[in-house]
Amino acid sequence: MDLSALLLSRLQFAFTVSFHIIFPSFTIGLAAWLTVLEALHLRTGRPAYRLVFEFWLKIFGVAFGLGVVSGIVMAFQFGTNWSVLARMSGPIQGPLLSYETFTAFFLEASFFGILLFGRPRVPPWFYLFSTAMVALGTTLSAFWIMANNSWMQVPVGYAIENGAFVPNDWLKILFSPVLWVRFPHMLLASYLTGAFCVAATGAWYVLRREFATEAGIMLRMGLYFAAVLLPAQGIFGHLNGEYVVDHQPSKMAAIEARWHDEKPASEVLLAWPDVENQRNLFAITLPPPLGSLIDSDSLSAGEVGLDSIPPQDRPPVIIPFFAFRIMVGCWLIMLLVAWGGSYLLHKGRFEQTRSLLWLTFLSFPLPFIATLTGWFTAEVGRQPWTVYRVLRTADAMTPFLTARMAMTSLIVFCAVYSFIFAFGTYYIYRLLHAGPQGRLVLPPATAIPNRPMSVVGEHRLTPAARHPAGGE
Amino acid sequence: MMFWVAILAVSILLYVLLDGFDLGIGILFGAAGDETKRHAMLSAVSPVWDGNETWLVVAGVILWGAFPIVYATLFSAFYLPLLLMLAGLILRGVAFEYRYKTERMRWIWDAGFAGGSLVAAFVQGMTAGALVEGLPISNGEYSGGEFGWFSPFAVLCGIGLCLGYALLGSCWLVQKCEGDVREAAYRLIPYLAVGLLAFLVVVFVYALAKDLRVMHRWLERPYLFVFPVIGVVAALVAAESVRNRRDGVPFHMVALIFAAAFGTLAISFWPYMIPFSITIEEAAAPHSSLAFMFWGAGLFVFPLMLLYTVISYSVFRGKVQPTTDHY
Repeated sequence: MDLSALLLSRLQFAFTVSFHIIFPSFTIGLAAWLTVLEALHLRTGRPAYRLVFEFWLKIFGVAFGLGVVSGIVMAFQFGTNWSVLARMSGPIQGPLLSYETFTAFFLEASFFGILLFGRPRVPPWFYLFSTAMVALGTTLSAFWIMANNSWMQVPVGYAIENGAFVPNDWLKILFSPVLWVRFPHMLLASYLTGAFCVAATGAWYVLRREFATEAGIMLRMGLYFAAVLLPAQGIFGHLNGEYVVDHQPSKMAAIEARWHDEKPASEVLLAWPDVENQRNLFAITLPPPLGSLIDSDSLSAGEVGLDSIPPQDRPPVIIPFFAFRIMVGCWLIMLLVAWGGSYLLHKGRFEQTRSLLWLTFLSFPLPFIATLTGWFTAEVGRQPWTVYRVLRTADAMTPFLTARMAMTSLIVFCAVYSFIFAFGTYYIYRLLHAGPQGRLVLPPATAIPNRPMSVVGEHRLTPAARHPAGGE
Repeated sequence: MMFWVAILAVSILLYVLLDGFDLGIGILFGAAGDETKRHAMLSAVSPVWDGNETWLVVAGVILWGAFPIVYATLFSAFYLPLLLMLAGLILRGVAFEYRYKTERMRWIWDAGFAGGSLVAAFVQGMTAGALVEGLPISNGEYSGGEFGWFSPFAVLCGIGLCLGYALLGSCWLVQKCEGDVREAAYRLIPYLAVGLLAFLVVVFVYALAKDLRVMHRWLERPYLFVFPVIGVVAALVAAESVRNRRDGVPFHMVALIFAAAFGTLAISFWPYMIPFSITIEEAAAPHSSLAFMFWGAGLFVFPLMLLYTVISYSVFRGKVQPTTDHY
């Protein structure tokens, strides 16, 4: 086995999966919100809802496309780079991913086509139904992925036969308590991502004094949703911590930079973990029993330290420690923005409070950062295992993979992803900048010279015909 | 187990037929000169391409769930080809959205769409060719190294599939489009068909000359000759319909030819999954995995998937409307 091929494969997986998760977490939230918007539009008949819907559908389209193409890579990567894992865990992970494809991808793909191009061809109720089906598809997809990953974090319901994981209790796998705290955590993260992006866009338009009605809808719905969801996310985040304490003590010790067993434990708020000497520099520490209280809801519980975990089983400390703190920090700022914003909205003073408008506008990266750092914590904290305490990452790799091949693919993926990401972000930015009433799509070259104005005019009259790919 | 073999076969066939025509249109896309034509070609596939490509993922995950050894062996063996195919699929996938977001840079996405489609089609043909010829496998593990899949025969099959997809694509255009695009597609069909025929002859001669093991199957299983007969009949009907410009027929006939070719391959592989080294029996996942997949995904969701596909094709049935093609 080639050690550098291992490192390169890990880098490649980390890069491609991090890149990928940005888009689903955005589109899961957005799809749910689009369903609400379309339902509101059908019920109230207010054109503004329709306008906001059409506008965000375009952005959804770009993000969804990026999610799809980067997701296909994931389905192949287990086989190409991690063939030992693929062979061993295929009997469990394969069926779970099959369910994802079967139940989710087809809903998404078929009904998304109708969302983009089908409005003139189907009755309004069916259009709403299609929107809901896309949202359901994205949610189911998240469920199966979380089922898959939760099994790798805390494997249950299996026996090892002939060097493979053979499932013997699917109910245990599907109703694992770990899955049922992690799936809501991810779902809420996605909803928050959608809500903050929408609210931030609304704030941006208010600052620019444009699209007042639409901006109001975005700001209100985004911030109110977020204000309600954030406390719930806090609760689920805490419950996630409890599963880590119960099932993955090595990860918890790394997250807390706890080097020695403590009973009751203190809590390190911030520090620079000095890995070599197994201590924390510049530590700001809360005294015992606050560590036990935070990790185990107890005043006297003992907490595991890294020194009681065999050195070859210890995860890296720096990444989980800081990633976790960044995630929690993002949550705190989002809570501040959402609650402050909702209060001022309620009082009717928000649109005059420019500082908070700016803060809301600039807060859109926070949910993405929180999602990514949350995943870094979960995945790096699981190391050195790929299936926790059963299969080591180092043993999971394709045995004959050479560093040269792994390097080639890593470079190709980095190049292709950076290229499409740069343009994707730029195009989303342009769509957002143009706003819900702007000229959203460049007409085909032939249409420009003779009747440029009529093209713009048509946009206003028939929003349905404005999708990027132009309808049929 | 046989159930999943059947579902896998259906999924791969659907993938080849459905993504076949949209990859084919991608291959032809580079040849279409002006924006009106390009736009019409894209409109013929844009509502359905995502669903089409999903059948590839379906085939991939069924393979992983029901036949993990095959998934692990093949995907790691075809490391570089799959990398190329994925890069191609990514570039062509984003083109659907990106090309309408810009005018100055549109040529990049158009090139990505055409090039990506071509590369993806070529790799698919090449891997199929490499499988027919037989991969170097010892002790149940791939032992061919970085380029063990490479051979003139595999390359030939890659070219062949590009021709085949292009033919399928032009038949789809005939069915969905009107005016110039339809005419151009009609003119192209005979050339592509002759090219494909030439390819088939060369492959046949090569297989005879190399005495490939697959060929022995034909002597052992004479009923296999049913497939070429179906193919020939379909080709004759297609030729007739092209001459009389009956738009709806050629696509279905070419699809039938593809299905016949696929059937031939599938039955000549039987009972092997990776020809002549890993059988279906050896590759199958444990019973508990197959049963779990069967009672939910297989029995209930798979028919639903077919239903969604039918719904989406029927919503977008008929010709692409040129009148509402503007922005």
